[in-house]
Amino acid sequence: MSLQKDGVQKDYADVEATLTRITSHTGVQGIVIATHEGSVIRSTLDNIQTQQISTLVTQLAARGKSVVRDLDPEDDLTFLRIRSKKNEIMVAETKQYLLITIQNPNELQKGWI
Amino acid sequence: MKSVRRTKVAIESATLGRTASTHSLRSANGDEAGGGGGGGGGGGDDWLPPKVLLKPPGQLQLTEAELNEELTRILNANNPHAPQNIARFNHRERVFKASPNVDHLVVHFEFDGYLSYKNVDDSAGGAAVRREESVMAPAGAPAAAESGAGEREAGVPAAGGDAAPDAGEEKAKEEEEKKPKGPLRNQFNFSERASQTTNNPYRERWTNTEPPPQRTFSDTVNQWSIFDAYIEDQLQKEKAKAKAPAGGAGAKGAKDEDKQNILPTETHAEDVYYKNTDLRRALIIIERMANQNTFDEIAQDYKYYEDASDELTPSKGSLLPLWKFLCEKEKRKQVTALCWNSKFSDFFTVGYGSYDFSNQGPGMIAGFTLKNPSYPEFLYVTDSGVMSLDFHPQHHSMIAVGLYDGSVAVYSMQEKSDGPLFKSAPKAGKHTDPVWQVCWQKDDLDGNANFFSISTDGRVTQWTLLKTELNHTDVIKLRLEMKGPQGPGELDAAIDDGQLFSLAGGSCFDFHKNLDHLFVVGTEEGKIFKCSKEYNNQYLLSFEGHQMSVYAVRYNHFHHSIFISASADWSVKLWDHDEAKPIMSFDLNSSVGDIAWAPYSSTVFAAATADGKVCVFDLAENKYEPISEQQVVRKAKLTHIAFNPFEPVLLVGDDKGQVISLKLSPNLRKKSKEDDEATKLRNIILIAKGQSPTD
Repeated sequence: MSLQKDGVQKDYADVEATLTRITSHTGVQGIVIATHEGSVIRSTLDNIQTQQISTLVTQLAARGKSVVRDLDPEDDLTFLRIRSKKNEIMVAETKQYLLITIQNPNELQKGWI
Repeated sequence: MKSVRRTKVAIESATLGRTASTHSLRSANGDEAGGGGGGGGGGGDDWLPPKVLLKPPGQLQLTEAELNEELTRILNANNPHAPQNIARFNHRERVFKASPNVDHLVVHFEFDGYLSYKNVDDSAGGAAVRREESVMAPAGAPAAAESGAGEREAGVPAAGGDAAPDAGEEKAKEEEEKKPKGPLRNQFNFSERASQTTNNPYRERWTNTEPPPQRTFSDTVNQWSIFDAYIEDQLQKEKAKAKAPAGGAGAKGAKDEDKQNILPTETHAEDVYYKNTDLRRALIIIERMANQNTFDEIAQDYKYYEDASDELTPSKGSLLPLWKFLCEKEKRKQVTALCWNSKFSDFFTVGYGSYDFSNQGPGMIAGFTLKNPSYPEFLYVTDSGVMSLDFHPQHHSMIAVGLYDGSVAVYSMQEKSDGPLFKSAPKAGKHTDPVWQVCWQKDDLDGNANFFSISTDGRVTQWTLLKTELNHTDVIKLRLEMKGPQGPGELDAAIDDGQLFSLAGGSCFDFHKNLDHLFVVGTEEGKIFKCSKEYNNQYLLSFEGHQMSVYAVRYNHFHHSIFISASADWSVKLWDHDEAKPIMSFDLNSSVGDIAWAPYSSTVFAAATADGKVCVFDLAENKYEPISEQQVVRKAKLTHIAFNPFEPVLLVGDDKGQVISLKLSPNLRKKSKEDDEATKLRNIILIAKGQSPTD
């Protein structure tokens, strides 16, 4: 039992570490983990933004998934990247969750030669 | 003109053709009917116009067999229009019940009679007659008055109930007048006034129930939703199939499965999100995507940039700096080992430790991918500094590590373990000095993976991976002769004389590409020895040339007897392993930390020096000078260098813990066909020796 717990702890720690790394990467504004229906599981942004993003982006991802599968039903959506003038929205889709990241790609790397 | 053939419908006749209608003619069956009817009037048919076969446009086309099919028609007393079942609501049981017995009575014609007997004792009849006459007279029905029978009476059938009271009133009046005997009663449809109830006029009344609650439901149908439904259906069918042959035991198993399936879904989705492996993988990829965005230019350069100036200066090349890999924790450590993965072209591992004798601490092994320069894919902390690393050529996730404290370990990237898979124990043959190099070998006869390690304690040891432990065998002890260089034969004599000898400190080795048992060892004293796995005591050949410790020896990938050595005496020497003297020598103005042959060409090699420069030589272009000499880092010594086996990327590690990747410009990447590579080098060497190149 304790082994399982340790494993779980480790998983949690890994995921948390990765999330912190991504959030602290240059230009990343925030990251949201949501379900396909639009309910938010984890977010590093404030409430209003999170709500907005989760509803809008899940709809977009559903639409994208519909397009991909209409063309070939055996295919499925894996990633969606939308670049706008200011930001880039990156969506990763898994069976249960949707991982949404917003990054500003024009920000310069700190301390880069 | 059609001649009409009437088919005779016999009750329970046996045979009848399909042509039941009187207007259709069929030559096949018409004969039957015709036969029936024609038999009678056959003779007299000549004058009739000939039979015309008329088919209505929508007539059924039947085959011969179907035409000859016999249909029976039976007349029975059932009413064809009667319903077969009537369901009525039974109030006692409050349920709809079908009543099987249905009335087959069909009333074809109904006529209420108005006849009454003339000569009847009952004076009502006579009175009725007389009264009717009087009624009829004012009505003015001459026919009625005329008929003496007095049997016509039009009032009564229509009267029913309503006229009766009127008639009754009239009767009553006339009764008073004519003294009828008793009330007039028609046996058939008289109803006495007293027994008549007031019939209220009919009113309609209805109730509405509240409509059932409604809800709109909408959905879209797409290609994929149909596909999904089919797949689900198929799965269910397969499950059913699997359950059916399994029988009872299978059913139990299925129940258990169902139970197990219930359990995970009871927990909340939010709690468990981090256990989802898909999610973790997606996170890693998102991290790489974010990195790609930040280092976009570099990624583009890495893929597509080719230095155009190379065309102008054919004998010069350049190195384009790409990513820098830095692990935050390793700033104070030195890069002590670099190794590319043999399968994944973007993956490499870095060993961190310290070359400084006085400043030893824990070491680290970090695996990086070019796709994510900000953080390693995996990280292991070791007790002592890492000195060397090697990826197994076949089992791509196994890494052999040599440590500063003399122990060796094998790590696996796949298993998420905190420590190594195997580690050598102090008792079991651990080296007493740092392990400078490890190298995997082909699996031995039992199929066990094994690797060699070399250390400054003078031993070359072979380690075999058994299932649970690491077995070691000393392959050779590097003996250093006390007196001047001697041939191999005299060594034995020396031993017999009881001369003391010391062990040379091995600092690097490399194996012959084809002949497994041959390998070359470089020592700290500057000597290089050619050894074989089969001979424990003797060197096959010793090479003189370097004055200071040899940091690296490497065999050429194409020309198998050529190897190159780098030493702290600022020089790089090219040797043929059959000759004791070097063929070529290059002076680099600074201690050379590492050299590497290019995997794509037999004449290109790169050297990393302690003044931060990388020198790339192409012997086919220039035998004396490097075609590219570039300062890669400032104020740091370069410790290791490695060529990517698949792509034109060079990795350099320095003593500040940084790993820098460089892209090779086209001039540095010139290659010729497989066979030509070896001859190319051979020719160059022959020229160098002063002999004319054979072709």
